[in-house]
Amino acid sequence: MKSRIMGLALAAVFASVSGAQAADKLKACFVYVGSKTDGGWTQAHDIGRLEVEQALGDKVETQYVENIPEGADAERAIERFARSGCGIVFTTSFGFMDPTIKIAKKYPDVKFEHATGYKTAENVTSYNSRFYEGRYIIGQIAAKMSKTGVAGYIASFPIPEVVQGINAFLLGAQSVNPDFKLKVVWVNSWFDAGKEADAAKALIDQGVDILTQHTDSTAPMQLAAERGIHAFGQASDMIAAGPNTQLTAIVDTWGAYYIKRIEAVLDGTWQTQSSWDGLKDGILTMAAYTNMPDDVKAMAEATEAKIKSGELHPFAGPITKQDGTEWLKAGEVADDGTLLGMNFYVQGVDDKLPQ
Amino acid sequence: MDLAVAIIVTVVTAATPLLIAAIGELVVERSGVLNLGVEGMMVIGAVVAFATAQTTGDPYIGILGGIAAGAFLSLLFAVLTLTLVTNQVATGLALTLLGLGMSGAIGEGYVGIPGIKLQAIEIPLLSDIPFFGDILFKQDIIVYLSFALVAGVTWFLFRTRAGLTLRSVGDSQNSAHTLGIGVIRIRYLAVLFGGACAGLAGAQLSLAYTPQWVENMTAGRGWIALALVVFASWRPLRVIVGAYLFGAVTIGQLHAQALGFGIPSQFLSALPYLATMIVLVIISRDRRLTLVNTPASLGQPFVPDR
Repeated sequence: MKSRIMGLALAAVFASVSGAQAADKLKACFVYVGSKTDGGWTQAHDIGRLEVEQALGDKVETQYVENIPEGADAERAIERFARSGCGIVFTTSFGFMDPTIKIAKKYPDVKFEHATGYKTAENVTSYNSRFYEGRYIIGQIAAKMSKTGVAGYIASFPIPEVVQGINAFLLGAQSVNPDFKLKVVWVNSWFDAGKEADAAKALIDQGVDILTQHTDSTAPMQLAAERGIHAFGQASDMIAAGPNTQLTAIVDTWGAYYIKRIEAVLDGTWQTQSSWDGLKDGILTMAAYTNMPDDVKAMAEATEAKIKSGELHPFAGPITKQDGTEWLKAGEVADDGTLLGMNFYVQGVDDKLPQ
Repeated sequence: MDLAVAIIVTVVTAATPLLIAAIGELVVERSGVLNLGVEGMMVIGAVVAFATAQTTGDPYIGILGGIAAGAFLSLLFAVLTLTLVTNQVATGLALTLLGLGMSGAIGEGYVGIPGIKLQAIEIPLLSDIPFFGDILFKQDIIVYLSFALVAGVTWFLFRTRAGLTLRSVGDSQNSAHTLGIGVIRIRYLAVLFGGACAGLAGAQLSLAYTPQWVENMTAGRGWIALALVVFASWRPLRVIVGAYLFGAVTIGQLHAQALGFGIPSQFLSALPYLATMIVLVIISRDRRLTLVNTPASLGQPFVPDR
């Protein structure tokens, strides 16, 4: 506890480091942007770290620092790990990308893994998760469950990953109900419980009866519960905030990936790569399908299976852009490059994309 | 009509924590002390209120816990800045960091637990008035308290002797001291009051606004409260205007987005801050009025010569 206070007070330079020293074990170190109990993004990474400890036992020891701001402080935190004998360092926020690349140059013997970015190097891998696959499934569920035919989407920042999610959700919904509508509200924050709740209220007051979010707090789930509508959890299973409200949640499960990569370091097969795994690889999973009729559940499970087997791609043509121009012809599937840079809506989104 | 009521009720919820924290800080600044630690006191109030409510099962005891926690942190500030005469700005900033860090540590076991929501109290008869009844008289106790606080502070500052004394300390600490007024003692009380208000504002966040505890849940509201004090040019009634204007623009822009007006959301998100800035510019154009209202000893250390 005390070390956490110190960590914040000293601008995270000498932030809390957990774990004891041991020379013969591989040290796997994690840099977190938020607190490990944020209930969302960072917590999901920390659960992954704990799974590593459990799976690999005494072959590995883990360390982490939390609440590291993106920018110059991140550089110091990463370098501190590299210098202190970490064999592999995971940097788990988009804004850690350049600091990771910079420090990696100075420590060629240390392996680095950066989450959700796009730069790699000899000893730097980038890894990401196909969150949009989950969004497609919840879109389908939303269309089945909604009576008004309009869902509300609480969005954070207009970056490709979020736009991707909005489009995938709507495409899923339209595959069930072609007239399905989506209202989007941007709160311009990853984490502001009050503002997320306000956005949820605004959407519900305007007639949406299903909520989904790409922000990190459980406030929207809680508000949906209060107003008696359904909602989807984000990043972590949020069932505790809405036992009768959550239909499912897109849960980030980094554990399997972390175990795989640390094992690769242990047996000497680690190589740099750009990895973008999806449902089939277990890097994201769907929380239990609850609070829905059996046929909806069966549909969701079938879609999940099809995405896993590769039979269904959420971004498969024909898809029309919001402005009415054709994006993908029938039979065409979006390439990863377009997805990673996605800056347009598909047809049916009731919002103007902030540019 | 229904939508209008729904929107206004949401605005009240959003404006209340700002109003309470700002009215507390207004009294502090009127006594000549600048406490930039509002955010820290607020967040500690939020976590302690939540923890107390969870432990006792009673949100009202939770409110008291939040108030006590905010006041306790402000006492620390008072000892440092008033007795030990440290720099107020630096100490206030440190207080914010301390509050944020401590709240994370205290709240570690409370993350993700569904909270106890403070229930609305319907005022008999008044709550039956169409439109206004729904907006004004079906609220939780903290909303009623916020209005009572503004009325009380207005009356105290401008209608009582003690209020006059407090303002004189803020306007000219040396003259007040010469007259035999206990400058330090009055400032201690003012700072404690401000801390208690910030704690109450925090309690509103974790018990009424979003009944749960998440780290950093104040999300900058303490800083907005600080700005509102200047915005209100240290006049209590104008704090209501400021807090509700800010709340209305914040909620209004979310509704505008949901309606799909097609206005860029970044612009809409910036709107509350933009509105605050415009009003500040308009206010500060009249230099004479600004000077009349600004506590002249604001932020100055006081060391009585013996």
